[in-house]
Amino acid sequence: MAALHFHNVTLGYDRHPAVHHLSGEIARGALVAVIGPNGAGKSTLLRGIVGILRPLDGSIHLGGLDSRDIAYLPQSAEIDRSFPISVFDFVGTGLWRGTGLFGGIGKAARGKILGAIGAVGLNGFENRPIGTLSGGQMQRVLFARVLLQDASLIVLDEPFNAIDSKTTTDLLALVERWHGEGRTVLAALHDMEMVRNHFSETLVLARGPVAWGPTAEVLTPENLLVAMRMCEAFDDTAAACAGDDISSRAA
Amino acid sequence: MLYDALIGPFTEFEFMRRALAAVIALALAGAPIGVFLMLRRMSLVGDAMAHAILPGAAVGFLLSGLNLFAMTAGGLIAGFAVAILAGVVARSTGLKEDASLATFYLASLALGVTIVSIKGTNIDLLHVLFGNILAMDDQTLLVVAFNATVTLLVLAVIYRPLVIESVDPLFLRTVSRAGGPAHLAFLALVVVNLVNGFQALGTLLAVGLMILPAGIARFWSRDLTAMICIAVVAAAISGYAGLVLSFQTRVPSGPAIILVATMIYIVSVLFGSVGGLVRQMFPGRHLEA
Repeated sequence: MAALHFHNVTLGYDRHPAVHHLSGEIARGALVAVIGPNGAGKSTLLRGIVGILRPLDGSIHLGGLDSRDIAYLPQSAEIDRSFPISVFDFVGTGLWRGTGLFGGIGKAARGKILGAIGAVGLNGFENRPIGTLSGGQMQRVLFARVLLQDASLIVLDEPFNAIDSKTTTDLLALVERWHGEGRTVLAALHDMEMVRNHFSETLVLARGPVAWGPTAEVLTPENLLVAMRMCEAFDDTAAACAGDDISSRAA
Repeated sequence: MLYDALIGPFTEFEFMRRALAAVIALALAGAPIGVFLMLRRMSLVGDAMAHAILPGAAVGFLLSGLNLFAMTAGGLIAGFAVAILAGVVARSTGLKEDASLATFYLASLALGVTIVSIKGTNIDLLHVLFGNILAMDDQTLLVVAFNATVTLLVLAVIYRPLVIESVDPLFLRTVSRAGGPAHLAFLALVVVNLVNGFQALGTLLAVGLMILPAGIARFWSRDLTAMICIAVVAAAISGYAGLVLSFQTRVPSGPAIILVATMIYIVSVLFGSVGGLVRQMFPGRHLEA
């Protein structure tokens, strides 16, 4: 029943681990918060799950999911806001899985797109170019696209950064709706209060996993202190990790 | 009188009619490519590609003289090789596309010059550099029209991934593998249209009929479809007016066409409805909401 299975995963850049020896699994339909200081590997882990970063070691199993069953909202999207595209068309790209290269946007699809734009509270913005939106409005647009992607695994990387409280409340309601629909949701977060109140499961990450389990048990001052003490810098002279992985030792 | 100046040359001379057909084909295919080049911040990539094509065409010329098929084939091969190598290196390593393109186009240019100097033949460089649209024969016109048709068909196929890749490349990567092939196909289209324009306008100005109309369109619309239409119209008008100018004043056709496009560009910068200078200076009273 696991939606995600980490088998001794190490992810990183230039052989330096950013996520070190993570094992465990996430149940289907779970609502998981990933917390940790800056540089703890939260974004790296999410990139690994989505498949845009290949593990240096170990493996991530998606439990039968295709990579297209994942909706991913990156922390700093590489979106070219100056490109002349309307909110409607931009949100509509969320239907890619159904339309692909040539599929038409019919009446039903148009209704879906308008519904998604309405669900994030942007009625009337359909024809606005995305370049004219505020930061919070753009985040709502991105959530609308995730909504349309209709994915069974939703991965959100710090989705509420620099977002005001009203927008956060609205978007958090969407996250809970997804949870209610049985989708698996993973979110990297910094707001402990929000994690405590809305997320049932938490992974505290500081390169290696510090603690992982029900939020109430995991979110203790001791664990957070351990995470905080993590050394951020890579050691340029570090030796190859002996680790506990047999295959890498054999090689 | 006006008829004699504006329409007369085309009813009277067959080479003018051929030239007009050629510039309209170039406008139809090249201008949409130019719009995407501009929106993807690759305006100068077209210029670099033009340099990459030159050696291929020169080698074609060396091998079989002033044979347009040989020169076109040479240009296409050199252009594709540079575009694809640069694209592959940029995508499989961390290197930015412009940096890897610079390496490969310089290598291509150096290789081409080396081959030409070893063979020691004198090439009519002016012809290669500036083209000669008024000396276009039926065969060349057919090649130009064929390339334009292929361009529009391929563009229709890759349009959606190309747009999404331009706006949000990371998103496209997570939902589809079409991004890479679409980008490479787009680079191939850039090459095809440069070679196409190269026969009419010469290597150095070929990119002009792609980029200038795109720049013009940016000042008149915020909508992608409208921008593409405006760019095509602007390119066709530049082509027509440039031919008339060239006919009446004996200015070479390539520079004449690009100069007309430049005039339209300047007018657009001044009076364009989207971000034009005059509009910025006199924006009118601010709105209520």
